[in-house]
Amino acid sequence: MIQRSVDALVIGGGSAGLAAALRLRETGASVAIVERDPYLGGILLQCIHSGFGLHEFGEDLTGPEYAERFIGPVRTAGIEVYLDATVMSIGANGGGHTVTALSRAQGVIQFTARAVVLAMGCRERNRGNIAIAGTRPAGVFTAGLAQRLVNIEGCIPGREVVIIGSGDIGLIMARRLTLVGCSVRAVVEIQPYPSGSARNIAQCVSDYSIPLYLGHVVSRIDGRDRVEAVDVAPLVEGHPDHARSFRIPCDTVLLSVGLIPENELSRAAGVVLNEGTAGPLVDGNFMTGVKGMFACGNVLHVHDLVDFVTEESRRCAERVAAYLSGAPDGTMVRLSPGSNVRYVVPSACDVDRANVFFLRPLVVKNDALLEVRVNGEVVKSKRLAHVQPSEMIRLPLDAGVIPASLPASATRVVEVALV
Amino acid sequence: MFDVAIIGAGVSGAAIARRLSSYRLSVALLERCADVSFGVSKANSGIIHAGFHHAPTSLKARLEIAGNRAFDVLQAELGFPFRRAGIIVAAFSWEEMKVVDHLYTQGVENGAPGLEVVGRDRILALEPTLSEDVVGGLFAPSGGIVEPYRFVIALVESAVANGVQLRLLWEAAAARWDGQAWTVRSASGDSVEARWVVNAAGLRADTVSSLFGAESFTIVARKGEEFILDRGARGLPSHVIFPVPTRNSKGVLVIPTVEGTVMLGPTAEEDPDKDDTSTTPENLDRVFQLATRMVPRISKRDIITAFAGLRPTLPGDDFFIRLSACAPHFVQVAGIQSPGLTASPAIAEYVKDLLKGAGLTLTEKTDWNPRISPREHTRDHAPWELDRLVEKDPAFAHMVCRCETVSEAEVVEAIRKGHTTLDGIKYYTRAGMGRCQGGFCTYRVMQLVARETGMPLERITKHGPGSEIVKGRLGSGT
Repeated sequence: MIQRSVDALVIGGGSAGLAAALRLRETGASVAIVERDPYLGGILLQCIHSGFGLHEFGEDLTGPEYAERFIGPVRTAGIEVYLDATVMSIGANGGGHTVTALSRAQGVIQFTARAVVLAMGCRERNRGNIAIAGTRPAGVFTAGLAQRLVNIEGCIPGREVVIIGSGDIGLIMARRLTLVGCSVRAVVEIQPYPSGSARNIAQCVSDYSIPLYLGHVVSRIDGRDRVEAVDVAPLVEGHPDHARSFRIPCDTVLLSVGLIPENELSRAAGVVLNEGTAGPLVDGNFMTGVKGMFACGNVLHVHDLVDFVTEESRRCAERVAAYLSGAPDGTMVRLSPGSNVRYVVPSACDVDRANVFFLRPLVVKNDALLEVRVNGEVVKSKRLAHVQPSEMIRLPLDAGVIPASLPASATRVVEVALV
Repeated sequence: MFDVAIIGAGVSGAAIARRLSSYRLSVALLERCADVSFGVSKANSGIIHAGFHHAPTSLKARLEIAGNRAFDVLQAELGFPFRRAGIIVAAFSWEEMKVVDHLYTQGVENGAPGLEVVGRDRILALEPTLSEDVVGGLFAPSGGIVEPYRFVIALVESAVANGVQLRLLWEAAAARWDGQAWTVRSASGDSVEARWVVNAAGLRADTVSSLFGAESFTIVARKGEEFILDRGARGLPSHVIFPVPTRNSKGVLVIPTVEGTVMLGPTAEEDPDKDDTSTTPENLDRVFQLATRMVPRISKRDIITAFAGLRPTLPGDDFFIRLSACAPHFVQVAGIQSPGLTASPAIAEYVKDLLKGAGLTLTEKTDWNPRISPREHTRDHAPWELDRLVEKDPAFAHMVCRCETVSEAEVVEAIRKGHTTLDGIKYYTRAGMGRCQGGFCTYRVMQLVARETGMPLERITKHGPGSEIVKGRLGSGT
């Protein structure tokens, strides 16, 4: 067994872990990254399309290019990197944490860390999660798995493809599979609006004349050994209208039906999760309910843009650094999602500092008004031309916008709402 | 020339093969699919029944009790996951309690050990996840849970280690008796000669019977849909929970599986198509309605997958195990549905006795080894206690399936033992059986199969020919 001791241990070497580790190292902390894949960069490495980095670098980069902007500096910053190493458990150890990882090269590695940064990212929802009926033949993939098979392994998953769900990865794969010679027969989305970005609908679906069925469901997958067809039905008042159902022959089904923050480790470590995000409940310092354990990136809540993951993770790292230096926690006030808002992250605000929040709308709306209310009174508002659930809203709040003294009895004193 | 050819490597064929492997006999085990346990047995609920469901006059009841008793020794020898978790039948009315009384009497008569009729307080103390509406029920401590495919795989591994020859993708297509022995031809033109043939062909026992000119009967597939909830799911019971049975079915159960997930089901519907293992949204709703009536805290949100199995049923619903009255040297093992898994060790014993009675000479091997080498799993150890395992093979420290904590060493072991399809590897190791359903490990397992077998990625299948995972390679022009 190898034993290591660091100030901060970062679990996950994807976009969140890289940005957090770099920023932490810049503050002088000793940092280690544990990554289960044999390389850094996480899922970015299979995202060979462009569109990354517009906010962060003002450039249009591919996933691997974006990752490389961080991997290079991480390699020279004096950060310990453990690759091909899977974290198995996190336990408390005095004021710090004990993290146990396994790796083929090094066997059992036990870390002692004063702070842990959870940056494990997310996983794809699958067929079982949305209970699609029918048979279980070969040829059903989550979109990310198909992306991996094409872009890294060089395999063509199938020839005639139906994509269930219009999440961004599914849309990207509609284009990617068309470019490698597959025929994408349809993208089927249960909601009356796409769940991916407007840009991806235009550039990946419309530009290739791929039929997009909004408000439709795949009610059945057929085929004994390999997928042979799917049944598609329009939704009427929330139920499939089987009378108007139609069949699309295909040999491959891709699922792009959402992502789930990967919190099995966090939960086992006693971290309380937020129902709205499926990520940890964190305060204005990105600290979870477990002291010294922080979270950022897609493990905290699923982001649309990697640029925002980077920004959030860097801010998280600054709070971790403050924690390591013994700075006080600050004055936290709970923030709640109000009408038409699914969640606000972080769930609390340090009233003495400037904070940035991300929120996810529940509705599609033009000319929306974003309001921050304290005891019902609007303290900040912002007009937004268009909001939709697939596009996260970034909300900066200056210090002092929310008064430090609030009646302790009130339960939902501060809320963020869209009207 | 074999002494015995067994058609079908499901739980019956596997148990018979292993039983016969203890005698000086040459035995062939012929399986139509790409791996063992790929038919009826793979979708079994994995319950070791306690022996109170069937009338004392039935062959089922007799073999169920004897089979149940055999599992402790079998587990010690073969190391498959098995636990006597106990079975509870939950009654929700005084009418249902009358049926419970009947089950108790029947079970006692059958010889089921430790049965108890329990009142509301006792049943809730035993199983606090039950609905408060429960009136009472039956408690059967000898009932258990097992991983059905792991049980079949272990039986076959033991049989093969003791000399049984296993042929996969071997579908019996024709048979001829020459007065001394059977010549059985496969669909692909291969042939096997054997003095005795055992028909353990599950759903196709009727077809196989007619190939040999034996009894004419029809196996009807009775489909059962099942739903799996994630490990650590809300409201997880610790006993197998049955409703009070109806005439046709033991009902929809809540089953804590031996590996920590929860299974709900099965439904019971006759299906004209013996290959139709499709699931339906209607049954999902129905199963949840029935299951939550007994165990209210389980949630649809915890579903990770659904599947359907097919029970091979015969009219009269009893097992049909006998020497054929029409075909020479032919043993029927048909209609083996619930409690077939439980009964399988006793079925094997019964078939062995039939063969002996019919004149097959059985001489015990002096070197028969009932044990197979124990398997190691990374998940069975606390991570900080893994040094010993990792020293033996560093691949135990390389995680392939994160949801079920399956290491590279375990996947490689499966491949080296001949399980080279993704489903076969899944049944052997659990890789791909967890909450992400292979989203993470599929390509990792494919890479290991390619590395270990030299097979190109595009030839790797889910469950045999025709179920290739990918259709080609970039730039290959295919």
